[in-house]
Amino acid sequence: MSGELSAFARQLSARLAEKIVTLGEWRGETVLEVLPENWLAVARALRDEAEFGFEQLIDLCGVDHLGYGEGEWDTEDVSSEGFSRGVEGLGPGRFDWSARPCVGRHPRRFAVVVQLLSLRHNRRLRLRGYCADDALPLMPSLTGVWPVANWYEREAFDLYGIVFEGHPDLRRILTDYGFVGHPFRKDFPLIGNVEVRYDEKLGRVVYEPVTSVEPRVGVPRTVRHDSRYEQARAEQAAERAADK
Amino acid sequence: MQEIKNYTINFGPQHPAAHGVLRLVLEMDGEVVQRADPHIGLLHRATEKLAESKPFNQSIGYMDRLDYVSMMCNEHAYVRAIEKLLGIEPPERAQWIRTLFDEITRILNHLMWIGSNALDLGAMAVFLYAFREREELMDCYEAVSGARLHATYYRPGGVYRDLPERMPQYRESPWHKGRDLQRLNAWREGSMLDFLDAFADDFPRRVDEYETLLTDNRIWKQRTVGIGVVSPEQARAWGMTGPMLRGSGIEWDLRKKQPYAKYAEVDFDIPVGVNGDCYDRYLVRVEEMRQANRIIKQCVQWLREHPGPVMVRNYKVAPPKREEMKDDMEALIHHFKLFTEGYCVPEGETYCAVEAPKGEFGCYLVSDGANKPFRVHLRAPGFAHLSSMDAIVRGYMLPDVVAMIGTYDIVFGEIDR
Repeated sequence: MSGELSAFARQLSARLAEKIVTLGEWRGETVLEVLPENWLAVARALRDEAEFGFEQLIDLCGVDHLGYGEGEWDTEDVSSEGFSRGVEGLGPGRFDWSARPCVGRHPRRFAVVVQLLSLRHNRRLRLRGYCADDALPLMPSLTGVWPVANWYEREAFDLYGIVFEGHPDLRRILTDYGFVGHPFRKDFPLIGNVEVRYDEKLGRVVYEPVTSVEPRVGVPRTVRHDSRYEQARAEQAAERAADK
Repeated sequence: MQEIKNYTINFGPQHPAAHGVLRLVLEMDGEVVQRADPHIGLLHRATEKLAESKPFNQSIGYMDRLDYVSMMCNEHAYVRAIEKLLGIEPPERAQWIRTLFDEITRILNHLMWIGSNALDLGAMAVFLYAFREREELMDCYEAVSGARLHATYYRPGGVYRDLPERMPQYRESPWHKGRDLQRLNAWREGSMLDFLDAFADDFPRRVDEYETLLTDNRIWKQRTVGIGVVSPEQARAWGMTGPMLRGSGIEWDLRKKQPYAKYAEVDFDIPVGVNGDCYDRYLVRVEEMRQANRIIKQCVQWLREHPGPVMVRNYKVAPPKREEMKDDMEALIHHFKLFTEGYCVPEGETYCAVEAPKGEFGCYLVSDGANKPFRVHLRAPGFAHLSSMDAIVRGYMLPDVVAMIGTYDIVFGEIDR
C-alpha cells in the first residue's frame, strides 16, 4: 500500500481494515485480497453496504500459481549445429512430480479471483483469496451472496479442484461425464491423460492412455527481465516525484 | 385415481432449437417445467489452457472461435487486456476502425439472433432476410482480413491493416450475371467506406422489413410477450449484462458507462425495456441494430477524413513492414523475434471488458513477465445468462423454454470455451 490511494480505496481500507490482507491499485483497477475466513463477511459488506453497492458478480475464476515466473528455455548444450532445442526444461505439465516447480512469488498455490461490478457507482473491484491448503484447496461458497457464483464455482472446482464449502450442487460442469483430474492445473498435461476412440470389436467408445499425440512445445516459455520495463518504471516514478 | 409423477425429458444435445450442443434436462409436470438443469461443456476446447501454452499474439485467433457470431468483439477484449499490461495505446485511426467493426459485429450478431430466434419460434422468413444483410457485412470482414468469420483482425497495438481502397466485386459466373451482377456490384464501385456508407443508408429500411414481419405479428407476440420475465433484481443477482440487463429496464452499457475505443466520441442511445420479457429484449436488440448503424455512419465519416497509421510503430509488439526488412537488419531481427518468441508482457494482472453484442465479454489476464500468458480467463456473457435458466423458466411451459434459449442469445463457443 502506498500513500496515494484513491478515495474509494481509502473507503475500503477504513471500513474493512482488519479483514484486508493487501489492497492495491494499478491503472484504475482496485484489487483486494482477503483471507478465506473473511471471504463471506467481506462479500456481504461489499454487496449490501450503500457506499460499495457491488450488486453484480461479473466473474469468478480459479488460478493455479504453480511455476509462476519460471521460464522453460533451457539451452544447455551448444554445438557446431546450434543450440539444443530448449524444450527439455521443466515447463508446466512436463515435469516429474518430485521435481515440480515451486509456487513462486505467491503465498499459496491456488487462488480464487472475483470481479465485482457496482452498477450504482460504476465501479469495479477485484477480490482475491488464496486457499490455505495446497493439497485440498477450500473456499467458502459465494452462492448465498450472488446466485450467479453457482456455475462459476462449479467451473473453478472442475478445472482446478477448488472445493467451495456450502455450494449446493458442486458437480463438474465443463469436462466430460466421468472425467478424472482437474485439467487447468499447471501439472495437468496439455495433451491430457486419456484419449477416446470407437472400438469396432467392443462396439463402444473406449478410453486409453494418450498415444496419438506427443507433448511438444513450439515456442518455449521465456521470462525476460527487459530493461525497457525498468526504464518505464523509473520514468513513471520520476514523473510522480515531479508531480509532488 | 392413478398418481401422476413428474417425468424427466432430455432436450438436446442434438436439437435444432438448442443453439448448438446444449443438453437440457427438464423435469416436467405435464407441460410445465419444474426444474431445468442445463448440462454444458460439450464444446469445451480448453481455450484458456491453450492460450497459456502460446505466445500472446498466437491466441487472438482462438478468440474468434469463442463467440463465433461476434468475432471481433471477443478479440477486442483480449487485445485490450494485452495493451493495458504493455501500457501501449493503439493509434486513433485503429481505435475508430475497432469501433466501426465492433458495431458491424453487433449487427452481424443481432441479425443471426433475430433470424434463428424467429426460426425457433416458427417464423421461417426472417432467417432468409437476416442472412441477406449478414452476407454484405461478412464481405467487409473478408475485405479487411481475408476471412469471412475468423478474422484475427485486431492485434495488440492496432489492427492488422488499413481498410481497403477498393471493395472487392463479384465476378461474372453462371450464378451471377447480367442485371443481377450489376445489382450486387452497385455499392462496390468505390472503397470499403463507400460500400459501408451505402449499406448504412439502406439498413434502416431493412430493419423495418424485419419489424414488419415480427413486431406486430400475432403469433410472435403470443410466443414472447410476458414470457421469460426477468425482474431487475434477478438480472442483477444473476450477473446479467447486455440486452438481458437492458431488457429489464436497467440502463447499463459499457460503451456509455466505461467507454473504450472511440465510443465516448460517437453519438448513440441505449434502448431499455420495461417488462423484462422476451418481447422487450427483442425490441431492445432491434433498436440496438439501428443504433449500431448510426455509429457506423459516424465512424465512416471520421475514417474518410482522417487517414493515418493503424498500428503502433513499436517493433517489439508490431511487425515491421516488409520493405523495411529488406534493407534494415534491425527490422529483420525484430520480425524474427516477434514471430518466434513473441514479446514478454510485464508482470501484472488486468481485467478488460467490452460490450459484446451478448453482454459483457471480459478478459482477465495474468502475466508473470513471460512471452505467454500465465492465466487467461474469459468472461463470457452467455455463461452467466445460461446459469440463470433454472431460476427463470420454472413454472413456464416447454415451448417457453425454447423462447428463453433464443432470447438468451446462446452460443456455445463462448459458454464452453
